[in-house]
Amino acid sequence: MEEIRVPIRSDADTVVARQKGRAAAVAIGLSRTDATFVATAISEIARNITSHAGSGEIVIRRVTQGGHDGLVVVAHDEGPGIPDVAAVLRHEYASDAGLGIGLWGAQRLMDAVEVLSEPGRGTTVTMTKWCRFDDVGTLLGQRGA
Amino acid sequence: MQKVAVAQDPLAASTDVDPALLRELVAHLRQDRTPLREEWTRRITDERLLSVMTPEEIFSEVTAVYDNYVDALETGSIEALERYARNLSERIIPRGVETHEVLGVVLLLRDVLARSLFQKYQDDRVLMNQVLDAYEPAANRIAVTVGVSFVQERERVIRQQQLAIRELSTPVLKVRDQLLILPIIGALDASRARQLTEQLLNGIRENRAKVVVIDITGVPGIDVDVANHLVQAVRASGLMGARVIITGLSADIAQTLVNLRVDLTMMQSVGDLQGGIEEAERQLSYAVTRSGATSPDSRA
Amino acid sequence: MGVSILKQRDYLIASIQSALTDTEVVQLRDALVAEVARHRSRGVIVDVAALDVIDSFVSRSLSTVAQTNRLRGAKTVVVGIQPDVAVAMSQFGLGLADVHTALDLEAGLELLDG
Repeated sequence: MEEIRVPIRSDADTVVARQKGRAAAVAIGLSRTDATFVATAISEIARNITSHAGSGEIVIRRVTQGGHDGLVVVAHDEGPGIPDVAAVLRHEYASDAGLGIGLWGAQRLMDAVEVLSEPGRGTTVTMTKWCRFDDVGTLLGQRGA
Repeated sequence: MQKVAVAQDPLAASTDVDPALLRELVAHLRQDRTPLREEWTRRITDERLLSVMTPEEIFSEVTAVYDNYVDALETGSIEALERYARNLSERIIPRGVETHEVLGVVLLLRDVLARSLFQKYQDDRVLMNQVLDAYEPAANRIAVTVGVSFVQERERVIRQQQLAIRELSTPVLKVRDQLLILPIIGALDASRARQLTEQLLNGIRENRAKVVVIDITGVPGIDVDVANHLVQAVRASGLMGARVIITGLSADIAQTLVNLRVDLTMMQSVGDLQGGIEEAERQLSYAVTRSGATSPDSRA
Repeated sequence: MGVSILKQRDYLIASIQSALTDTEVVQLRDALVAEVARHRSRGVIVDVAALDVIDSFVSRSLSTVAQTNRLRGAKTVVVGIQPDVAVAMSQFGLGLADVHTALDLEAGLELLDG
């Protein structure tokens, strides 16, 4: 799978990003449910970009680690940044516009979420979803490969 | 020579051999096709390999593998052989052919062919060494290909059977219109719980169910992961317009759930399956005067 | 916008035809509240079968529609949530306040008639 880059400038780009994320998830063998998890998480972090930073980019690519396939989604912006990442991840201040709830939801939907933020410099969110060994989709994916 | 296909293989480096020698080798194997096949088949039968297959079946498979084998030697491309090996594995695994038999059969072919090369070139030691140098790495590579194809296919079948067994162990039963029962038997782990959720939701959609009774009398214990999966399944059912009633919650499990602080506000629990079905019937007969599952004030 | 809103008896039926942007979700939310008031509808059905994602923003918007309509005496029923979407919503922890749910349009109408 080729790396997919989606510039995020408006809420229409968010729709594009989550559709591409879903397609990529299915392509590497994630189950339909997991692909929906990925699409939902992308929707949330893309909204964080448009509503807090104005614009940014989402990069979607396949990773392989120890024979396991996974999907990595990186969302990057050069916006104001998050003053207290840990508090946001604990869902302590869920701003109504969704910064808190979005990252919190992404954490619940993905296998790993890492947030790097520097006030005034921007934010990078890296999320990973691994293919499960016991999924039919994964089995069929391996078969076809 | 198709170098492209060889390039990805770890053994590929050693297959860089004189094409003329390889041609000579392939010509010999083609010329002696009939006696070599027969010898191979005889050795297979002698060693009681592939005992579940008839001699005719063995000979026909042997022929196909032999030809694919020689083709692979000639072209350096193992793809066709790999495909055939997978296909063969798919056919013989259900009949109980074991991994050691397949490896034995492949190694026998390697021996049979090596012996015939010895015989043919015994008067010219230099040429024999050169031919064997060309033959060995290619033969090893082919043996590995067939063996690995078989093992991969076997693993795939085993995983698929595991899935099938799980599916069988969680039937979705339609009691009557709009009412489903899921009797869960055996230990639940996160992966089975995930699958159960999927079956539950598909069952709701296919049967247009409004109430589902999940009976966990047959579940020995529950950990926090599984408990959260159950809660999630109940929530998701509610979003699709179906209520869930849990029955058969043992005192142990009930206590575990409370201790784990699993959010149980979404769960309606009734002592046993019979009581659960009665409650479900009651809800269905009132369903016309009652509204959806997600609103706290819907019982008006 | 990929949504059609039809009036049937004293109900409104909104069918979403394709994925929606946040802007379109806001338009739909405002239109539903306005139309319920204009037609004095007793119930609203929102068919979301075409949505392959229901995230926090869509959930909150649907809840807002339901809460607003409830104050005006109208019920809101969301129908057609897909199984994968339902699992994602519950894993996320998204709820729908004051929203009734049903499998599809037919079940939704049944619920409103009840």
